Amino acid sequence: MLKQIEGSRAVAQAVALARPEVICAYPISPQTHIVEGLGELVKDGSLSPCEFVNVESEFAAMSVAIGASAAGARSYTATASQGLLFMAEAVYNASGLGLPIVMTVANRAIGAPINIWNDHSDSMSQRDCGWIQLFAETNQEAADLHLQAFKLGEELSMPVMVCMDGFILTHAVERVDLPTQAEVDAFLPPYEPRQVLDPAEPVSIGAMVGPEAFMEVRYIAHAKQTMALERIPQIAAEFQARFGRDSGGLVRGYRLDGAKTVVVALGSVLGTLKDAVDVLRDDGMAVGVLGIGSFRPFPLAAVRAALEGAERVVVLEKSFSVGLGGVVSTDVRLALSGLVLHGHTVVAGLGGRAITQASLERMLRDAVAGKLGPITFLDLDWRIVERQLAREAAVRRSGPIAENLLRDLGAAAPRGS
Amino acid sequence: MDEPVKFYQTGTFTVGNRLLPKEQRTVQASRQRGNALNSGHRACQGCGEALGARYVVDAALRAAEGRLIAANATGCLEVFSTPYPETSWQLPWIHSLFGNAAAVGTGIAAALKVKGRRDVRVIAQGGDGGTTDIGFGCLSGMFERNDDVLYVCYDNQGYMNTGVQRSSATPPGARTATTMAVGPEPGAPFGQGKNLPLIAMAHAIPYVATATVADLHDLEAKVERAMALHGARYLHVLVPCPLGWGAASHDTVRLARLAKESGIFPVFEAEHGELTAVSKIRRRVPAAEYLRLQKRFAHLFGEPGHPEMLAAIQAGADRNVRRFGLED
Ligand SMILES: Cc1ncc(C[n+]2csc(CCOP(=O)(O)OP(=O)(O)O)c2C)c(N)n1
Ligand code: SF4
Repeated sequence: MLKQIEGSRAVAQAVALARPEVICAYPISPQTHIVEGLGELVKDGSLSPCEFVNVESEFAAMSVAIGASAAGARSYTATASQGLLFMAEAVYNASGLGLPIVMTVANRAIGAPINIWNDHSDSMSQRDCGWIQLFAETNQEAADLHLQAFKLGEELSMPVMVCMDGFILTHAVERVDLPTQAEVDAFLPPYEPRQVLDPAEPVSIGAMVGPEAFMEVRYIAHAKQTMALERIPQIAAEFQARFGRDSGGLVRGYRLDGAKTVVVALGSVLGTLKDAVDVLRDDGMAVGVLGIGSFRPFPLAAVRAALEGAERVVVLEKSFSVGLGGVVSTDVRLALSGLVLHGHTVVAGLGGRAITQASLERMLRDAVAGKLGPITFLDLDWRIVERQLAREAAVRRSGPIAENLLRDLGAAAPRGS
Repeated sequence: MDEPVKFYQTGTFTVGNRLLPKEQRTVQASRQRGNALNSGHRACQGCGEALGARYVVDAALRAAEGRLIAANATGCLEVFSTPYPETSWQLPWIHSLFGNAAAVGTGIAAALKVKGRRDVRVIAQGGDGGTTDIGFGCLSGMFERNDDVLYVCYDNQGYMNTGVQRSSATPPGARTATTMAVGPEPGAPFGQGKNLPLIAMAHAIPYVATATVADLHDLEAKVERAMALHGARYLHVLVPCPLGWGAASHDTVRLARLAKESGIFPVFEAEHGELTAVSKIRRRVPAAEYLRLQKRFAHLFGEPGHPEMLAAIQAGADRNVRRFGLED
């Protein structure tokens, strides 16, 4: 059914349609509306039987999900930013134990300085945690991906993170098509745990493993992610057959036909990118977009196949590996190993800095003209940066950076005045 | 084969199974008994934690008629009982992390609730480090929500698994690997202390009790009482650690008894935040009698020794005696 609905509420309803049995969460912007929506559904009885556990921290939220999942309940939580980092120890644990928990990450920057706006630093910080990480481009996709995530995770007995851009998606009201309960029930069978805490058949889960088997366990996790590479497109196809929508999958190309310059990106920025590409195409430039739907497992072969014919690749990053550059760029370069083509990293939109179509067009024109450097920080205010760096060079102790920046912007009075 | 078990660790004022009439003997006296924690694990000789855990989990299993699930924190108990690919646990058991056993227990309880399995019960367990320090937040959350979990803390007064470092349950004056017996104030500092049973009581949960491995009948009775109730319950068991305390492995039970008889470790029960029962001291002993058996307190004795620290420990024991009415 088509509804005009906020992204968070759409996700809450999609999760509800998956019939979760235990939901636990700790509030953090911009995730709050999702769990509030679910909390209400549990409280008014429409999700019965389902337990909503109000926990005291994100670390507890993931831990409760671990216990519930191991005891055979379909378990769900959601978080963002500092919350994801606060639960990190348990995030790794959930995948090590092979528990198919589904978690929404409403992507947000990580402090300091504290910043509630969107970028991908939070989920990227958990890049190697062993979870499957799917990225939504639109709210429709965010809702659909949750249904696919439960199916995928439970089949492979591994946890799945669905990442959606904070505010840009979570707080945007737009049209979303939500399936009926009967349709979802036909798509998603009840959770059948691979290993379950059951007095009828006692097992020990989470034993101490020494050097003799630890590597094997980690390798098996990798092998299961490789299986996910096959299952993700199959499940997306099954989803499309049932619900009539192409949602999810490993990668999705836009105007790649004959494209010589391709921009690779994840999440909601793909929409603006497509508009920018349309404009450049109208000007006769052979540009295209490659959206990555599955960041982990990383679809090396699919990325390579999509980019083989290009001459130039620009990876647009909403996260940043300090001291190196882009996070996704490294993976894309691996996919292209052996191919000779120009590679660029563009870091953009950190901490919610708007990524405008005009900036993207300018950047793309530079790329096509061969004028783009290896790493670009889109719309960076160089005056602020240079002033602070000059201060750093002049005095080793220059005070809190954020305070200096505010002073430069005229938002705070100079100290001592 | 119903062979009576031999007289195991006893000392003053104990009655071994052998001396009791058959019907009063604990289940542990029967060779036919089930062991929640099977032999063959890697605990040190004389480990109080292994002893305590076996009695607690056995009693809980009996009370739950075999339908019990355990969540375990990282620590000695977890490490010595589950060296992959072996396990000593005869019940469904999960170890996740050092600081989250209470929350994992909450998750299991929530899953059982949705599945309508009221018959299956949950315990969560950990050492004093996993309970009083890193797991404190999760534990307090579990108490506050009154989740249907029995949490058991095996208090050996230190981080034994990582090599005997101080925890917030380490007694003042004790030497550990992070509170060395050097300088003018050797050993763990005399701070305010952190008394988890009292903090648990402040949450007004249905049941809080302390116990030691010196009185296993009492320990079993408390587990039974706890299992007869629902909601959040907390059991704090003193489990001497021969390795960490620097004590003889045959002195485990004796040390536990002296901790109680000196007033250093008060043994009591509370329901909904109010004290309901106290195990009286039968023959009061000076604190020094308990401390002297442990190398972690060796620096308090001898020449020049630390008589002022001994006096402070004794004063603490006296305070306990007054506060809990431990003497008639
Ligand atoms: C987050 C985290 N920090 C530290 C450790 C290391 N660690 C494992 S067990 C342990 C001490 C356990 O002490 P306690 O809970 O008192 O149990 P005991 O071993 O004494 O029975 C520590 C510090 C860990 N596993 N996880
Ligand atoms: S170190 Fe202490 S608690 Fe750990 S196994 Fe040995 S005796 Fe038991």
